[in-house]
Amino acid sequence: MFKWFGLVSYTPHTKVAEFAEHLREGRLVGSRCTACGVTAFPPRADCAACMSPEFEYAEVSGRGTLHTFTTIVAAPAGFEHLAPYVLGLVDLEDGGRALAWIGKTVKPEEIAIGMPLQVVPRMLEESEAIRVYYSLERPGTTWPRTPPPQ
Amino acid sequence: MTTRVGIVGIGHTPFGRRSDATVQEIAFEAFRDALADAGIERDAVDASVIGSVPEYHKQRSMAGVIQEYLGLVPKPTWLTEVACASGSAAMRTAWLAIRGGVHDVVAVIGCQKMTELDTAEILALMGRVGEVQWESGFGTTFPGYYALFAQRHMHEYGTTREQMLDVAVKNHHYGALNPLAMFRKEITRAKAAASEAVAPPFQVYDCCANADGAACVILAGEKTARAISDRPVWLSGMGCATASMSVLRRPQLTGLPSAERAAAEAYAMAGITAKDVQVADVHDCFTIAEIMAYEDLGFCPRGEGGPFIEERRSYIGGSTPVNVDGGLKAKGHPIGATGVSMTHEIVKQLRGDAGERQVPGASVGLTHNVGGIGQYCFVQVLTRE
Repeated sequence: MFKWFGLVSYTPHTKVAEFAEHLREGRLVGSRCTACGVTAFPPRADCAACMSPEFEYAEVSGRGTLHTFTTIVAAPAGFEHLAPYVLGLVDLEDGGRALAWIGKTVKPEEIAIGMPLQVVPRMLEESEAIRVYYSLERPGTTWPRTPPPQ
Repeated sequence: MTTRVGIVGIGHTPFGRRSDATVQEIAFEAFRDALADAGIERDAVDASVIGSVPEYHKQRSMAGVIQEYLGLVPKPTWLTEVACASGSAAMRTAWLAIRGGVHDVVAVIGCQKMTELDTAEILALMGRVGEVQWESGFGTTFPGYYALFAQRHMHEYGTTREQMLDVAVKNHHYGALNPLAMFRKEITRAKAAASEAVAPPFQVYDCCANADGAACVILAGEKTARAISDRPVWLSGMGCATASMSVLRRPQLTGLPSAERAAAEAYAMAGITAKDVQVADVHDCFTIAEIMAYEDLGFCPRGEGGPFIEERRSYIGGSTPVNVDGGLKAKGHPIGATGVSMTHEIVKQLRGDAGERQVPGASVGLTHNVGGIGQYCFVQVLTRE
């Protein structure tokens, strides 16, 4: 059910649809190619290295450091009510990157390139439909079932 | 032996809001001017290539409608789309067709009508600018992506807000001298610094504006080019490369690897180096984009793009004048037209026809046209004899 992923979903179908179900269960998973062992986050079904279509999900720690960030003031359709919101891009210690909102456990004045952050699986509680996402939080933060940053 | 390809005619509408015309009517103006500039009849054109981004237009599959309105039916036409680099992609396919000996004279028309969409449609399009599977669900935007680049550039190299705003000041300075530009007013750094926030560090004056407009160039194989024109400008180096669309898979965010690669290819083909470029039009969709272009194109070492503008080295009289037509920032950015517009400006410069913004004696020029956030880049080296 990949259409659960993100506040607005443009992707109903993908070979890595189970990612969203793992996220709903509080697990952050990447992919591992069962032919050559190469891992990826976000997951991909078809190995970028050896082109094998065989893969398995592998949980990742979600620990990373902030590579860069910005604040979206002028927001696109579906996000107007959230603006301004802070977007961060983190380099993950297990490899790969994640782009997501920087959450409430991080004080705005503390946000700085190079700071450690944790990618935390989240659900939008106030939404009637299931909506899962992840946010960038202070290291050690677990899954607080709370709405996204205001 | 493959032929050289020369530019024998150019046309360009003013850029800005065109509430009086359809996209094919705007395309017609640029085409008619280019034919007149070349001094040839419409019948001499063997094919057209249209550079445009179709989702801004209600008309689907627009190349056919444009071809009909230009009066070029039954000659071949096709549309190229690589986001904001669609115009240069159209030129590249025309160049390939001529080099391959299939066509001899090809009209390339970059055109875009962006102001017909209402705010809701613009906001919806804006939301799908990034990689939609993993990024757009978090509300990314086009200025947002370039802001990620800018923050990292500031962090790694100490690039300052003042240096970024200096790019806007320069481009408005030259836009004021360009009768085709959308914004023909000088600005001050203080005015730019007081503008509204868009995506920090960017404010309104860091961003180019949507516009309507068209530009046309007519290309011909060498023999025909010499017969048509006594001063053809040659497409001497044609570079093209891609980079990962997603910022999740782009290791460095302080430059565009596609631009670096496309430039190296274009320089090698033309047998020149960055030092030989006397005038350049680069893709300044945001102020940081021009600073990164100085570095990607080798006008200055990596990380020194900030001081490059601060020391006014991209002004006329500096080491490499850049965007002396106002750039995307002041000339406006009708996305499909932009690449062709850049070539139009460099042709004017190499002909010595650029008036008040002429770079004296320019004989080697460059264009740098970027699609999206660098997933596509086209670099042209243009020369005259």
